[in-house]
Amino acid sequence: MADRRLLILGLVLAAVSALFLLWNLRAPVGFILGLRLTKLAALCAVGTAIGTATVLFQTIAANRLLTPGIVGFDALFVFIQTMLVLGLGGLGYAALPSLAQFGVETLTLVAAAMALFGVLLRRGADDILRMILTGVILGVLLRGLAGLAQRLLDPSEFAIVQQASFATFGAVDRTQLAIAGPILILSFAAALRLARLLDLAALGRATALPLGLDFDRVVFVTLGLVALLVAVSTALVGPITFLGLLAASLAHAILPTWRHDRLLPGAALIGATILVSGQFVFERLLGLQSTLTVIVEFLGGLLFLLLVLRRPRP
Amino acid sequence: MIQLDSVSVEKNGSPILTDVSLCFGQGGITALIGPNGAGKSTLLHTIAGLTSPVRGQVMVEGLDMVRARPEQRARHVALLAQNESVTARLTVRDLVEFGRWPHHRGRPREIDRVKVAEALGTFDLDGLADRRLDALSGGQRQRAFVAMAWAQETSWLLLDEPLSALDPRHARDIMDRLHALTRPGAGQRSVVIVLHDLSVAARYADRIVALKDGRLVTSGPRVLAMTGAMLSDLFGTRLAVERVAGRDVVLPA
Amino acid sequence: MKTWAIALLVLALLVGASCLVGVVDLFGTSLDGLMVLAVSRLPRTFAALLAGAGLALAGVVVQMSVQNRLVEPGLVGTPESAMLGLLLVTLAAPGAALIVKMSVAAGTALIGTSGFLWLARHVPRRDPVLLPLIGLIYGGIIGAAVLWLAWTTDLVQYVGVWQSGEFSGVLQGRYELLWIVAGVAGLLWLAADRITLLGLGEDAARSLGLDYRQTLLIGLILVAVIVSVVVVSVGSIPFVGLVVPNIVSRWRGDNLRRNLPLVAWLGGCTVLGCDIIGRLIRYPYEIPAGTVFAVLGAGLFLWLLHAAPRRANG
Repeated sequence: MADRRLLILGLVLAAVSALFLLWNLRAPVGFILGLRLTKLAALCAVGTAIGTATVLFQTIAANRLLTPGIVGFDALFVFIQTMLVLGLGGLGYAALPSLAQFGVETLTLVAAAMALFGVLLRRGADDILRMILTGVILGVLLRGLAGLAQRLLDPSEFAIVQQASFATFGAVDRTQLAIAGPILILSFAAALRLARLLDLAALGRATALPLGLDFDRVVFVTLGLVALLVAVSTALVGPITFLGLLAASLAHAILPTWRHDRLLPGAALIGATILVSGQFVFERLLGLQSTLTVIVEFLGGLLFLLLVLRRPRP
Repeated sequence: MIQLDSVSVEKNGSPILTDVSLCFGQGGITALIGPNGAGKSTLLHTIAGLTSPVRGQVMVEGLDMVRARPEQRARHVALLAQNESVTARLTVRDLVEFGRWPHHRGRPREIDRVKVAEALGTFDLDGLADRRLDALSGGQRQRAFVAMAWAQETSWLLLDEPLSALDPRHARDIMDRLHALTRPGAGQRSVVIVLHDLSVAARYADRIVALKDGRLVTSGPRVLAMTGAMLSDLFGTRLAVERVAGRDVVLPA
Repeated sequence: MKTWAIALLVLALLVGASCLVGVVDLFGTSLDGLMVLAVSRLPRTFAALLAGAGLALAGVVVQMSVQNRLVEPGLVGTPESAMLGLLLVTLAAPGAALIVKMSVAAGTALIGTSGFLWLARHVPRRDPVLLPLIGLIYGGIIGAAVLWLAWTTDLVQYVGVWQSGEFSGVLQGRYELLWIVAGVAGLLWLAADRITLLGLGEDAARSLGLDYRQTLLIGLILVAVIVSVVVVSVGSIPFVGLVVPNIVSRWRGDNLRRNLPLVAWLGGCTVLGCDIIGRLIRYPYEIPAGTVFAVLGAGLFLWLLHAAPRRANG
C-alpha cells in the first residue's frame, strides 16, 4: 500500500510541476520556461532537502514534534549575513560573487553543526533532546550577537540584512542551484542507504544497541546529513522552520509504515509538492509574490500546536 | 465517616467511576485494591474533593467535599498523590511545615512548629530534617511526604500507592508506623491506602474496598471480604488466601 | 543575617559604581554633577535593578507553575505576546498613553502565557528538556507573527528596541512605570508560600487546600504585568528569569518565603552589573545590558543544562 501511495505522491508532484511550468505560458516561450524551470528546480530541491532532513531528525530525536530548523540554523544564517555585511559593507556584500557567498554560508553552517554534534555526542547519544536544547540556546546567543552587530549598521545595510534574512524563492541564483543540486541528490542517496539502520535506530538506543547497531555512529552520520541538507537549502533560499514539520507529519500520516526507504522519499515528495503547489497558487493564481513562506510557516506552526495538543495527557 | 452516595466520575466524556456507593466509619487502615485502571486513584481524588463527580454526593465527617472551600476540605482530608517527580529543593522540615499550611495559611505559629516537630519525630526524620529532598533516597523522601500529609492533622489520610518505589524494608517501615498510629487509643486518625501488594493488604488492612472497571466490587472487614474467590474474580487470575505462620498471605492458586 | 549584610554591601557597591560610570565625569567641570545624577544615573540604576528583580521573580513563578527549571517567561512566549499587544495598540491608537499600551501588552502577555501553560499540560513531565523546546517553538511562532506584522507595517525598528533590553535611554520621567515591578514584587512576597506550593504540583497543592487555578491565574497576571512593563520601558532581557532562580535554588533551596527576596536581589544586581559592563567594554560607546546578559546567561544556561543531575529535573 505504501508503494502505491508513494507512486501517487510522485504523480501529484509531476502534475503540479507541469501545471507550474505550462500555466499561461506566453512568448518568449523558451525564456519564460527557462525561468520557471530554475524556480521549479529550486522549489523541489528545497522541499526535498527539508522534508528528508526532518524525517531523519525526528527519527534520531525520537520525537515527532521537532524540526532541524529549531537548532539555531536560522540564527546562524542571519548571523553570517550580518557579519558579511558588517565586514564587507553594503556594496562589498552586493559585489560578492554568489558562489563565494554560497560556499561561505554552506561551509560555516555545516562546520558549526558538526562541531556542535561532535562535541556533544562524545558523551554518548543517549540524551539527544539535551543536545538539541543546547543548539537552540546557542541560536538565541547568536541572535543576540547578530542584533548587536546590526546596531552598528547604517539603515541601508540594515535593509540588506533584513532582506537576506527572510526566505524567498523570488531570485534563486542558477550557479548556486547548479552546486546545490548535486549535493542534495548525493545527500538524499546517502540517507536512503542509511534507511535500514534508521529503521532499527527508531526503536531507541536501549533497544537498538543490544541488537548490534552502532547507534552513536548512526546518530552522528545522520545528523551530519541533516546539517548538510539544511545548510544547503538555507544558503539557497533562506531559513524555513516549519515546512519540515508539515512534510514529515504528512508523510507519517499518508504512509503508514515505519520503513525509512519509503518515508524519506515520501517526505521529500510531499515537501516539494507543498512548495510547488503553494508557489503556483500564490504566484500564478493570486498574483502574490512573497507570502508563500509566511503561509507555510503559519500552517506549520498551527500543525505544531495541534500535534502537541493531540498527545494524550501524561 | 466517609460516605459516598452513587458517585459517578467522568474524564473527557468517558466514565472512570460508575455509581459507587460506600460508607465506612473512623479507625484503622482501609486498603483500596483492584487491577490497573480500576479507578482507585480517581476514587481517592474524589474523596479528597479534588475531582468533582458528575453525579452523586461525597461526605466526609458531615462535610460535603464537592462544595467545601479548599482550606476547609484540607483540614478534613489529606491526600498524598503519586508523585512521579519531585523538583522542589526544599528541606524535609520545610516540606513537613507545608503540611500545616491549611492551618496557618502562610503564617506559622508556635502550635504549628510543635506539630511539625511531632510529625518529624513520628516518622523518624529528626536526623534528616535539614537535608534537602533531592539529596534523599527514594525511601526517605517518601517517608518525608507521608510525614507532610500526617502533619496536616486530618481525621482521614489518603495515600495513593505510597509503597510503589520502595524496597521491602522501607515499605514495611511505613506500614508498621501507619498501623501503630491508627490503632484505637493512638488518636482519631484513619488511613485509606491504595496497595498493589495483596499480601501487604492482607497483613495490615482492617477493611478492604475492591474496585474493578470503575465499579465497586466489594467493601467490608478484611477478614470477611478478602477471600480467594473475590480476589480471583477481581483480578481475573486464580488467587488464594492462605494462612502461613499465623498470617494471611495471597498466593497464586 | 550574614547573607543579608553581604547582599546589601554588594548592592551598595554596584549602585555606587553605576552612579560613577559614564561619559560625563560627575566631579568634572561644566555640567552640574548632581543634576546628571538625578536625571540620568540614578534613574538608570533603579531601572536596571527593578527590571532585573522583576524578570527574576517572573522566572520563579513560571518555573514553579510548570514544575520545570529550564523555562522562563522569555522561553515561553511571554515577551513576544506582549510585543504583539504593543504592535496592535500602536497600530490602532498610535497616540495612546504609555500606561494604556502597557496594559494592552499585559493582557496579550497573559493570554500568550496561559496558552503555553495549556500546551504544557500535554507535555510529558519525564522529559524536562522537552518543555523548553516546545516553549521556544511556541514563542517563535508568536515572534514570527510579530515580525511579519511589523514588517508589513514598517515597524521593525520598534520591535528591535523591544527585543533588546537597554538602559542607555533611561532618564528621569521615562522609566517610572518600572516602579510597578516593586509593587508586584511585594505582592509576590506575600504569596510566596502559595508559589512554593505550586511547585509541589497540582495534586499536592490542592490537597493542602490551595485554590490551584486561582493561584496560577494570579501568578500569571503578575508575570504578564512584570514582563510587559519591562518590555515597554527598557526592552526584554533574555535568561534573567532562568539563570537567577536556578542559582538561588541551588544555593539556598526552594522555600520562597525565605528566598524570594534573594532572587529579587540577585536579579537586580546581575542586570545592573551587566549594564555597567556594557558601559565599560567599548567605552565611550555602550553595549545593551540585554546583549551582555544574553551572552553570559546563555553560557550559564548551558552549564545548568549539562551540569544538572537528570534525576533532579535539570
